[in-house]
Amino acid sequence: MADRREMWKELGMDVDTHDGLCAALPVAFGDVYLSQKNRPEGMAFWDFVVSDIHGIRPAELLEAQKEGRKVFGTFCVFVPDEIVVAANGIVTGLCGGSQFWVPDGEKVLPKSTCPLVKASVGARLGRTCPFFRIADMYVGETTCDGKKKAYEILGEDVPMYIMDLPQMKRECDMLKWKDEIVAFAKKVEEFTGNTITPEKLDEAIRLINNKRKALARVFEARKNPDNIPISGTDALLVTQIAFFDDPARCAEMCNKLADELEERNRQGVSVFEKGTKRIMITGTPMAIPNWKLHHIVETSGAAVVCEEMCTGTRYFENLVEEGLGTLDEQYMALSKRYMKNNCACFTPNPGRVEDILRLAKEYHVDGVIDVNLKFCCLYDTEGYSVERALKEAGIPVLGIETDYDDGDSEQLRTRIGAFVEMLG
Amino acid sequence: MMHYIGIDIGSTCAKTVVLDPKQEIVLSFVLPTGWSSVDTAEEIRSRLCGAGYDPADNCCVSTGYGRVAVPYTQKAVTEITCHAKGAMLLHGSRDLTVIDIGGQDTKIIRVEDGQIKDFIMNDKCSAGTGRFLEVMANTLGLRPDDMCELARQGGGVSISSLCTVFAESEVISLIGRGEKKENIAFAVVDSIVKKVASQAKRLEDDSLVCLTGGLCESDYIRTALGRQLRTEVKAVAQGRYAGAVGAALCAAEVTKKR
Repeated sequence: MADRREMWKELGMDVDTHDGLCAALPVAFGDVYLSQKNRPEGMAFWDFVVSDIHGIRPAELLEAQKEGRKVFGTFCVFVPDEIVVAANGIVTGLCGGSQFWVPDGEKVLPKSTCPLVKASVGARLGRTCPFFRIADMYVGETTCDGKKKAYEILGEDVPMYIMDLPQMKRECDMLKWKDEIVAFAKKVEEFTGNTITPEKLDEAIRLINNKRKALARVFEARKNPDNIPISGTDALLVTQIAFFDDPARCAEMCNKLADELEERNRQGVSVFEKGTKRIMITGTPMAIPNWKLHHIVETSGAAVVCEEMCTGTRYFENLVEEGLGTLDEQYMALSKRYMKNNCACFTPNPGRVEDILRLAKEYHVDGVIDVNLKFCCLYDTEGYSVERALKEAGIPVLGIETDYDDGDSEQLRTRIGAFVEMLG
Repeated sequence: MMHYIGIDIGSTCAKTVVLDPKQEIVLSFVLPTGWSSVDTAEEIRSRLCGAGYDPADNCCVSTGYGRVAVPYTQKAVTEITCHAKGAMLLHGSRDLTVIDIGGQDTKIIRVEDGQIKDFIMNDKCSAGTGRFLEVMANTLGLRPDDMCELARQGGGVSISSLCTVFAESEVISLIGRGEKKENIAFAVVDSIVKKVASQAKRLEDDSLVCLTGGLCESDYIRTALGRQLRTEVKAVAQGRYAGAVGAALCAAEVTKKR
């Protein structure tokens, strides 16, 4: 592997502290990933990406910046990648998924903030993540109170743009979100110096749709009721990396993986023994390298076959209409697609329960784990309706609240083990 | 003749049960878990061998938080499943709600027609667990079971903190204020009973409620819990061994499958 220390130093990173993360990650990855048996060969690409996760892609982004392209860092699946891509910009995800960054976040945020927000702020202020250094502009959104206030703090350190996401789904909210997309497009044009044309936007829409379709193919293969061609742990990694990767390459690699998974389904090649209980995980997102719950589930005798979360179906479901001739129509089409996302920030939000019940059928799940990152009031509260609906539908459900720390692993193992035993 | 051994290594006590093929308890004993589950498991083995039930010749299943520390077990099963199975046998019922106030966690398990339908476990915090009682009893200079009995005579005082550490300082200030021991004991038991009852209410069940684990031997806790839940809470003499009995029943199933 190339020595990246020079690059990190030039990025103004705290390289010595960052070494601690570099030392811990391969161990965690080995324990969680490389210990798995019978993985699809296609996963080699993602293993390679993780082996140099703060090297390969950051180096690519730096090259692009040298050519004058701008990098936009985002924290949420509501920020439309299409706009940035149409202006020849690049999007990279910025969500922090490791306990490593939490203490630096806690220096400025209340302890009772969700770990994802704490880790994201900590990664920036602690200067221990290259993606947070490289992004020319951060794009936030008003999906939760913790993030809204955290963006004010980040905004003191880096150019920050906020999109105001409506919290209801009335006709006026669709129009309002379209206006927000228009305003964002204007900002991106100013910042990049490039004009967004209907042709460029249509091209960007197709590019991002293709990535969504490729991810959907990987997930489609997980629906097979008799065969589990990929572990949930591996599938989660594919989704997590999709937030960082070049969209065209992501689509290419996902399509290749999907080819292999479809072949595995035809041949009956499964990662798990026949009869292994099929679990869907729903709830708050799992930013890389948060693999905790999947690892516990899949080493407790069950398999994860679907994630109803932002690092899952909410990321790729629904496409944007292609082939529209005017920017006005395209912006409206974008608004419609993004507003189909049933994030818990909306009220009322019956669509999420409908999605969960639909996915439970499509993926033939035996049980659902509803997971909440500590201090996420929205998903925690919505858990009541979600769990009630599942019970009414006769689908066993286990509610779990956890964070990035491993302190509760054994407790979780007991609960999840008992849940799997309960499924029979 | 094959016997079935169940070992429940909890955070405080390690319980062992041997069942004969007719599911009768032929041996049961408790040891303190101490600081090493592995050493405890070894001591259990030598006791079993001494009584003529060598784990090498009989099927053995372990449960409890130290379940993976038993080298001679054939299978480790979670305490949720084991407590449910054990309570079913001990109470002779296939429809019941099992409440187990353990050393480090409290479990409420709902069983319908012999199947676990749902369960609740407290968070990693020790509020509403046996550890909470133990810490408070220590502060009062009493044995936990004596404190529970003394609580019967008290009243009029309450502890507001659920956190064990904060509650302990509350108890210390009550002692400092000269509050009667029985009233403090009442407050401690009342606090844990309310916490457990509020968890149990989430399962919204009106079937037979039974208390297992070491605390089921306290008549006062059982009555106080029943008062909170507005139903009779049952307990049986061997209730402390419910987890181990369940593990032994799992051992019988493991044997049958082979």
